[in-house]
Amino acid sequence: MAKNTHDVIVIGAGHNGLTAASYMAKAGLDVVVLEKNEWIGGAAVSRELYPGWKYSNCSYVCSLLRPEIMRDLELYKYGLQIIPYEGSATMMRNGDYYAHYHDHDMTINSIRRHSHKDAEAYERYSRDVLRQCKIIKPLLKMTPPDLTSFKPKDLFGALEFAKHFAAKDELGGLGEKEIYDTIRFYTMSIRDYLDEYFESDITKAHLAGSAIIGTALGPCSPGSAYVLLHHYMGEVDGSVGAWGYSRGGMGSITKAMTGCLNAYGGEVKPDNEVVNVITKNGRAIGVATKKGDEYYAKKIVSNLDVKRTFLKITEESSLPGEFVERVKNFKIRGSSGKLNIALDGLPEFPCIPEGDPGGGGDMHFTETIEEMEGAYDDWKRGEWSRNPYVDMCIPSKSDPTMAAPGKHYMSVFIQYVPFNLANGGWNEERKQEFGRHIVDCIAEFSPNFKDLINHYEVRTPLELDNEVGLTEGNIFQGELTMDQLMFNRPVPGYAQYRTPLKNMYMCSSSTHPGGGVMGAPGANAAREVLIDMNIPQTGNYY
Amino acid sequence: MNRDLRFTALKKTPFHSRTSLASRTNKYYNWNGFTVPTEYSTTELEYTAARNGTSVMDLTPMCKYMINGSDANKFVDYLVTRDLSQMEDNTVAYIIWCNEDGKVMDDGTIFKFSNTKFMLCCAVKIYNWLHDSAEGFDVSFEDATDTTAALAIQGPTSCSTLKNYGADDLELLKPFGMKQYNINGYDVLISRTGFTGDLGYELWTDPANAENMWDSIMEAGKELKIRPFGMHALEMTRIEAGFIQTNTDFMAAEDSLRPVRMRSPYEIGMGWLVHLNKESYFVGKRALKKEKETGNSERCLVGLDIDGDKPAVGSVIYNEKKEDIGIVTAAMWSPTMKRNVALASLKRPYGIKIKENIFAEIYHPEELEYKKIWAKCKVVKRQFFSPERRNKVPADLYE
Repeated sequence: MAKNTHDVIVIGAGHNGLTAASYMAKAGLDVVVLEKNEWIGGAAVSRELYPGWKYSNCSYVCSLLRPEIMRDLELYKYGLQIIPYEGSATMMRNGDYYAHYHDHDMTINSIRRHSHKDAEAYERYSRDVLRQCKIIKPLLKMTPPDLTSFKPKDLFGALEFAKHFAAKDELGGLGEKEIYDTIRFYTMSIRDYLDEYFESDITKAHLAGSAIIGTALGPCSPGSAYVLLHHYMGEVDGSVGAWGYSRGGMGSITKAMTGCLNAYGGEVKPDNEVVNVITKNGRAIGVATKKGDEYYAKKIVSNLDVKRTFLKITEESSLPGEFVERVKNFKIRGSSGKLNIALDGLPEFPCIPEGDPGGGGDMHFTETIEEMEGAYDDWKRGEWSRNPYVDMCIPSKSDPTMAAPGKHYMSVFIQYVPFNLANGGWNEERKQEFGRHIVDCIAEFSPNFKDLINHYEVRTPLELDNEVGLTEGNIFQGELTMDQLMFNRPVPGYAQYRTPLKNMYMCSSSTHPGGGVMGAPGANAAREVLIDMNIPQTGNYY
Repeated sequence: MNRDLRFTALKKTPFHSRTSLASRTNKYYNWNGFTVPTEYSTTELEYTAARNGTSVMDLTPMCKYMINGSDANKFVDYLVTRDLSQMEDNTVAYIIWCNEDGKVMDDGTIFKFSNTKFMLCCAVKIYNWLHDSAEGFDVSFEDATDTTAALAIQGPTSCSTLKNYGADDLELLKPFGMKQYNINGYDVLISRTGFTGDLGYELWTDPANAENMWDSIMEAGKELKIRPFGMHALEMTRIEAGFIQTNTDFMAAEDSLRPVRMRSPYEIGMGWLVHLNKESYFVGKRALKKEKETGNSERCLVGLDIDGDKPAVGSVIYNEKKEDIGIVTAAMWSPTMKRNVALASLKRPYGIKIKENIFAEIYHPEELEYKKIWAKCKVVKRQFFSPERRNKVPADLYE
């Protein structure tokens, strides 16, 4: 049994763990990251599961990763390059399609084909959503204040938070009306929200997609409008709401972060699963691994979701009962599946005219919000959606590193897929049945699709739980609803990355500001650790 | 090679074959989703044509909406702040409209054919707003932007040019009047309106007539110093005329990301278009009445006469204590008046009660270095240039 001592142990080498580790290593600490898998990256990985093809087999597109983090950690030095999308499209059963483009005027022309009014309403809609993005952006890098505390830090924090909503200044310059709008936005369903702007089903269906991806809410569920905002608040070089591919797959992000960490003397140890947090007198002092090694450190930061952290690897007896109850009640429901497909050529989608940049990014085939809600209804019954919402893209159209020239990698994200499958749960046979069902759904829109398939990998919430470690396969490490956001995330009173155990911290997407490959929870958590250690911080993030 | 134009962001206007042929610079810009020239040859020559001969500008990208129905008259009066109840048929009126908070959405011109038929021309798309506002009115709307070709024919010799083209008795048309013609087999609506602050007309016709109309007018003006005229030249003439431009001199309420950028009519010098004594309700009346009563308008839009000859483009305006009191929204050196003029949005009381001791900080580029100029400004009437010929009836003819 080896004994190892470091300044900081980070549990889990996902993008947030690596972000936190890099910031702390940059500040001069001796940091080790322990990862259960043989590979690094958590849900931001590029894996060659079929020779010659790289799969971004969990997360697949990039928008939310904070530019301040990319800058502070100099991720470009370690190979990170984001490639913006050209457009996106929804295919229709009547052979028509709906497209969005990088260029605003092209988008307007495209919407106008479906509804003249919607084309104009889109301008108002984009302005309103952009306004909400601007309000939320500064909050992303703030540690949420504890609203019940009278410590000066929390009082100032609460004031800062409130300022963004209420101040008549450059940040938002919001009036009463806009504050009401913000509150409405956070609590409404996406269907109700879009109904206030648009009349055509296809416009609404296309836009509503962002509100259901990854969530266990339907488009008619209150709170789904916020999920859309969560997907929009990223940016690719100042273009708010824009999405892009990470060159070389999502693994390039975590690879670059590992590069940064190594450059500052930190280390990632794969194949080292932490099974227990060692505590002494209410303090976390180290961790024990499955291999039987023990690591000791001044600070321990968990990149695991809040349930795994406190219900699996921490002794319940060392935690306050109420806290444990809250963690148990934390909503973290899996709702998504994925297919990763190695293609021998480019599939044809006859709905989208050849050369249309709308086919360059994400493609869908859900034509109405009702269809989407129907897909959700299946999930509620514990079934996979018979008519699913899919978010599919072919990164190799833009990225030359995913497959050999002429070959293509296709990522298909599927909503909705239950964690607990009705009638006996998941097994290999049902997983393959689910995979075949999705292939059939796509083949309806692409005559040559099936012939091009070399190999595909099927991912259900079960794999995301077992392999990646996302409880129930929830991609956000916890539902993005008002009761679990900001000062409520993950648990009221513990939204500041600290835990009931002294010297133990959380940096996962279970904390503010939540899921997506954003890095903000990691960077925020690192800041709090450094504050507690009285280590001065520099960089654009602080 | 044939290009697939379905995925092209900008449309071509019905005059494109002619404007692109006339362009010596190949410089274009995006106006409301259309490709139109910024400059044909040199802006100075084009500007001079508008003050010396006849200038021709493709106006097609302007938003144009037909408003029809038995309530059209009532609806238009409800939509805009100006009292249009006494407006006569076959006339045009300059208007602004607001949202319910009394913030200006856009300005434009309304053409009245009859109590049941109007045409609205403006800069910002409003089709959706028209529908949203029309509840309870028997009206229907048609977006005529793509289906109406429009040309601006402006300048001292413009009336003669159009007479040669076939617009008989045009000199008798009063400012803001309009008249239906049939020329070369096509219907052409001619209004005595424009954006140059000079004698000028605007022509509205079927896109099928566009090329014929352009060619015939160019021929008709051949001896009258006719010249096509791009956006840069129009910008110069409109500043001289003191006309405001939406999203340049003020932010359209519906386009403002930051609510504090929205402006009321009183804050952009358009109070004269707000008729609070209009009997019927109009959109924004309640808020505007309150603003008028409390006098809490925060800004104003004024004309500035600035020392020196360096245009104050984008300048911040200061008081004598060097406190920031506003910003220049449009500025130019006027070749006709030889004056350095600007439009500026100022924080009251500057511009209203305090008109002296105001300064513009001008950064003048001089070969990779900036010369910082502290220039004294005088608040003046925004309409810098308004020649007598502009409103003369009968209009000047060159025969």
